[in-house]
Amino acid sequence: MIAEAGLAALWLAAALAALQLALSCGLGGEQGRSIQTIRAVALAQGLLTLIAFGALIAVFLNSDMSVLLVAENSHSQKPWMYKFAGAWGNHEGSMLLWVTVLALAGAVVALFERRLDERTLGATLGAQAALALGFFAFLLFASNPFERLDPAPIDGRGLNPLLQDPGLAFHPPTLYLGYVGLSVAFSFAVGGLLRANVGPAIARAMRPWVLAAWVLLTLGITAGSYWAYYELGWGGWWFWDPVENASLMPWLAATALLHSVNVLAARGGLRAWTMMLALVAFSMSMVGTFLVRSGILTSVHAFAVDPTRGTFILALLALYIGAALTLFALRVAKVKEGAPFEIVSREAGLVANNLLLSVILGIVFLGTLYPLIAEAVSGEKLSVGPPYFNSVASPLALGLAALMMIAPQLRWRRDALPLLPRFAPGVLVASAVLAGSFILTPGIGLLPRLGLAIGAGLLPASLLPLFGRSLKRTPLAVWGMAMAHFGVAVAILGMASDSAFTKERLVAARPGETIEIGPWLIEFRNVMPVAGPNWTAIEGELRASKGTGVTVLKPQSRYFPSPPTTTNEAAIKTSWNGQLYAVLGEQDEQGRWQLRLWWKPFVTLIWLGGILIGLGGALALIGRLVRERRQRIRGEEAFA
Amino acid sequence: MKGRLLRFLPLLVLLAFVGAVAWRLGKPAEEQIPSQMVGQPVPAFALAPAIPGKPGLSSASLADGRPRLINVFASWCVPCIAEAPLLVELKQQGVAIDAIAVRDRPDDVAAFIARHGDPFARIGSDPESRVQLALGSSGVPESFIVDGRGVIRYQHMGPIEPDDLPTIMREWEEAR
Repeated sequence: MIAEAGLAALWLAAALAALQLALSCGLGGEQGRSIQTIRAVALAQGLLTLIAFGALIAVFLNSDMSVLLVAENSHSQKPWMYKFAGAWGNHEGSMLLWVTVLALAGAVVALFERRLDERTLGATLGAQAALALGFFAFLLFASNPFERLDPAPIDGRGLNPLLQDPGLAFHPPTLYLGYVGLSVAFSFAVGGLLRANVGPAIARAMRPWVLAAWVLLTLGITAGSYWAYYELGWGGWWFWDPVENASLMPWLAATALLHSVNVLAARGGLRAWTMMLALVAFSMSMVGTFLVRSGILTSVHAFAVDPTRGTFILALLALYIGAALTLFALRVAKVKEGAPFEIVSREAGLVANNLLLSVILGIVFLGTLYPLIAEAVSGEKLSVGPPYFNSVASPLALGLAALMMIAPQLRWRRDALPLLPRFAPGVLVASAVLAGSFILTPGIGLLPRLGLAIGAGLLPASLLPLFGRSLKRTPLAVWGMAMAHFGVAVAILGMASDSAFTKERLVAARPGETIEIGPWLIEFRNVMPVAGPNWTAIEGELRASKGTGVTVLKPQSRYFPSPPTTTNEAAIKTSWNGQLYAVLGEQDEQGRWQLRLWWKPFVTLIWLGGILIGLGGALALIGRLVRERRQRIRGEEAFA
Repeated sequence: MKGRLLRFLPLLVLLAFVGAVAWRLGKPAEEQIPSQMVGQPVPAFALAPAIPGKPGLSSASLADGRPRLINVFASWCVPCIAEAPLLVELKQQGVAIDAIAVRDRPDDVAAFIARHGDPFARIGSDPESRVQLALGSSGVPESFIVDGRGVIRYQHMGPIEPDDLPTIMREWEEAR
């Protein structure tokens, strides 16, 4: 019953999306076009989709095995939290989640957006409805999450054990929320282009969505990176895997957009470019979703591969992005020129930021798709690995970080004041660290060395915009920017330290043996079988010591019977100056156990930096929203 | 003019992307990566018997002048059940079949062959998939045809289906 109710709600919501699109195209006459009608429809559509998603959660929590999706992805013995998360840990459920967030975002825009004129808002909501309609069609015709199974099996197949992890339960929804936030920016850009109304008002309306999306993408990618780090047991934190790149590309575009939208909001500049970025950011989200869901590129992320679904998403992608880019090409001439600026100015700094980010985006895009292109052109099968991405993207990213030391301190439009005092702290620290690194650690590579220097220089430089002003009256957005840039410095230091100083050992050891790695002495005690709720495992016991005190590490090799899968649970000991990382492998014929050990100095800074970046964005978002609310109240008072 | 063309550049990039991807989607995906071991001698291994009363399997015993079909299977593997009758049929056609039971227990293996037929002359137990991986097999079931000199001649991935029988028989004849 619940499943049928969910399906009915989904159909109704789809019908309302069609209605919303028709109304904003003017099919309902002037009255239908009125913003009040469209608002009501958008709200109802959002609520109905929410009901459908609630129904899906309910069938998963009840372990209703007569629903095909539940039978294929859940198991009655599973802890309830994973039943809950299992609702979106699969293709159909995740697409329903996507549509739910999309429809809810549309409802929020309809209810709360007051900055835009009604016609532009109507066009924006029309674009949002068109997006939703395509995904409703995809769900209803190609991925019905509520399909019944007759006869119902006694029990389900279970969730991929790799996904049975608290971090991952919330990683996909976070990214999805981010993608969908970008869909709103896309709709605003389409609305603005349609009405030939591209100016600061559009940028201000778009900005909170871009910020929110960017915060979620940042946190989602950070969480995903940490998950890959401890769950895959390979000791790395970024693999340039197609699915990782699929989340990185929208983030890069959103980062560029986040900066250019400020130029448009504050100075009225970069109009056409900002609209282009808004289109590209969501396009990258769709391309990412397509790459992940179609399984066209092989990756560690095993999702069900289905050519029909791939074709469907590809068709939606071609339709939406193609239409939006055509609209852009036709309307860009009507977009007014922005205010001029000089070469030494905040605007110029942000343009440089945008160029660098766009080039990195292009590099990642090309590298991710290159295997596909190569196969199409020459029939040759090849893969593009980390060496390409690291050697091409890292120098550009470091250039971006160097720019970050300087540009935020420049003034808008024209900066004629002496530059040197403002740049000195960052440059001095960076040079000192660079010189020190040649003396203390002559053997490390060029990129890690530059990373250490630039990261260290950016630490003080990122805080300089806060100096010389009354801290109490400094807007939250400036605090947020400083915090995010500081987070970038922290993350770069972590990455550079990890690649420069990591120690790795692969040993075959018998219980009782002692292994030395970095500052640690590790005693391999024994290996014991252990059992969990739906897995069995062998667990090693390692006693790690740096002279005083002992830490026990218990890496596991887990076996899940349904579906049969083995996973490595790395044991990680975090201390203030790094992480000790241990993975238990197999036993060889002589009874020795394979042990993989890493000592990774300051590696945690990578994720700490990611969290700081996200929190900085959140701070800026709160600052913007509060400020706008205050201004609106003041504005209303002025009218009264 | 140049500006006009530039406006359409993003659209062209999109078209190129959609074109390349559509071409790839239209092509059947090659999900099978054949083992590098085909054409190579069987790696050295010695597996204990998987069930009492039936010999285990070692690489040394494979180079005895007679070809073999080695079936990599497991009692917990559902497609293995589907292919079981076809293995029995192959045996009736004169194919000598040995097996490697992957990550399995003696009781389960015994129950499996009691229920789904026993075409196997020998069954080696590979509790940690070590030999399976050494053979270049990435899943169960898989079957290898090994000639009389102990060289792997053919690899079949996934369950053997009725349509596969002619190919397998042809490879078998060639290995003799």
